[in-house]
Amino acid sequence: MKELDCRGLACPQPVITTKKALDTMVSDTLITIVDNETARENVSLFARNAGCGVSVEQKGADFYITITKGEETPGVKETVPEVKPAAAGENAGTVYFISSNVLGQGSPDLGMTLMKSLMNTLSETDPLPGTLIFLNSGVYLTCEGSVVLEKLLMMGSRGVKILSCGTCLEYYKLKEKLQVGIISNMYDINNILTGPGKVITVA
Amino acid sequence: MGPATLSQVLRHLPPINDPRLLVGPETSDDAAVYKIDDNTALIHTVDFFTPVVDDPYLFGQIAAANSLSDVYAMGGKPFLALNIVCFPNCLSPDILAEILRGGAEKVAEAGAIVAGGHTVQDDEPKYGLAVTGLVHPDKVISNAGAVPGDMLVLTKPLGTGIVNTAIKGDLAPEESVKAAVNAMSSLNRGASEAMINAGARACTDITGFGLVGHAVEMARGSGVTITLRTKSIPLLPGVKELAAMGLIPAGAYANRDYFGTMAHFANEDTPPEIRAILYDPQTSGGLLIAIDKSKLDSLMEEMERMGVAAAVVGTVRQKEAAAVEII
Repeated sequence: MKELDCRGLACPQPVITTKKALDTMVSDTLITIVDNETARENVSLFARNAGCGVSVEQKGADFYITITKGEETPGVKETVPEVKPAAAGENAGTVYFISSNVLGQGSPDLGMTLMKSLMNTLSETDPLPGTLIFLNSGVYLTCEGSVVLEKLLMMGSRGVKILSCGTCLEYYKLKEKLQVGIISNMYDINNILTGPGKVITVA
Repeated sequence: MGPATLSQVLRHLPPINDPRLLVGPETSDDAAVYKIDDNTALIHTVDFFTPVVDDPYLFGQIAAANSLSDVYAMGGKPFLALNIVCFPNCLSPDILAEILRGGAEKVAEAGAIVAGGHTVQDDEPKYGLAVTGLVHPDKVISNAGAVPGDMLVLTKPLGTGIVNTAIKGDLAPEESVKAAVNAMSSLNRGASEAMINAGARACTDITGFGLVGHAVEMARGSGVTITLRTKSIPLLPGVKELAAMGLIPAGAYANRDYFGTMAHFANEDTPPEIRAILYDPQTSGGLLIAIDKSKLDSLMEEMERMGVAAAVVGTVRQKEAAAVEII
C-alpha cells in the first residue's frame, strides 16, 4: 500500500500527485493525505471518475483518502459530510444553541410566541449573533413551515451562520425541508461550542 | 474572499442613507451608482487580482476587461480608469510594462482612458483598475429588476476558473486555454449595448460567485425565483472533463457551501463536476441578462449583430422557497 502526503500542497497539486501515482499502479490501494476540504473533494472526485473505490477518513485536521484501483464503488458515501461549517476559531460573535422549537417549559403556544419574539429580537440586535445552532426539535425552526423563517433568512443573508443538526433533521424526516443555513454534525457543533465565542443555550 | 466571509465582514459597516446613492452595497450589485443630476449618474467600480495566465500582456487585457465589465453590467459607458498595481522587486519592470500595455489597450478599445494609477510593492503581482462610467439615472440596469415571465440570457461560456486551475497543473488542453483566454479578454461592451438597445430589465456580470451565486443575488434582489436549464448553458471546450478530474478551484466549493442553501437541483443525481461548473468562479465572465419575453428575439438579433455568442439559459418565475432552481 502506497501513501502520498499531500498536506501543505496548493490546489491542484494533490490531484496531480495522485494522478501520477495512480497512472503507474496496476491494481493496488493508495492513500492520499490532504489537509483541506478542497483537496479532499477534488482528489475524491478525480479518483471516483477514474473508476476507483474511494473512502475518506478524517483524522484531526487531515483527511486520509483511501483509493482502490480497479474497484469501482459507486454510491459509497464518504464518512465526512459534504457541507462543513468553518472551524470554530473563524467565528466571531455570540453563539446561540437552540435545542427546542419553543422557548421555555410550559404552554407550547406561549413557548412558540416567545421563540418568535426571541428571533425578532436577535434579528434586530447589533451586532447580530455570530452563529445559531439548531438541535433536536429546534431544527423545525429552520425548515419549511417555520414561523421564524423570514427572520432566519434575513440573518443568514447578513452573515449569521445557521447550522442545523443533520441527525435531528433525519430523525424528524426534515432533511428535504431545510430552508435556511447548512446541515452540520456533532463534531463541528462541538468545535463551535468549545470555541472562543460566548455560548447562550436556548431550551 | 468567499461569499460567507465577505458578508460576515460587511455586516459591521454602518448603513448608508444618501438619496443620491442609487445603487449601494445592500443589493450585492456590481458597482456603485451615484446621481449627479437628473441626466447624469456616475458608476464607480474597482477590481484587481493575481495573474490567471503567464503572458503579462494578456493578463493586462483580461484584468482590464474584467474591471470594465461592472460598468457594462449596469448599462453604463466607461470613460475613465486608474491602474491598481502590486508588483515585486524581483521581477523585471518590462513585465509590468507589458501588463499595463495590455490594460491600456483594452481600456482604449472600450473608448475610455487610463488617467493614472497607484503601485505598491508586493510579493505577488496583482493588477486591475478602478473604473468610472456614466449612465442616465433612469436607465441604470441593476440586478434587482427581473420580473416573473422574463427570459435569461448569458453572453459568455462558463468554466474559466476550472481552466485556470488546469493551467496551473499543466493539464489544460490548448483548445480550452485559447477559448478561455478569448472569453476572459473580450469586453462585455457589445453585450451591454445589445441589452440597452433591446430594453433589458436586469443584468449582472458573472464573476467570483459563479453563475448560480450571481443568479441567487439577482433572484433575491428582484424578489423572484430563477430557473436555470443546465443543458442550455454554454461551456468552454473540455471543461466537463477537467472538472471530472477534480481540477476545481476552492472558490467553487466556497460558492456551493454558501449559495447551495438558496439553490436547488431538481435532479439530485446531478454529478459533482456539473455542479462545480455552475458554481465555478469566473474571471471576466459574461453578462446574465433578464428581458421581457416579447423582447427576446430582438435581444438575440442585437447580440448577433454585435458578434456576441449569447444563449438563453433560463427563465424567471414567481418567488418560491429556493432562489434558484436548476433543472
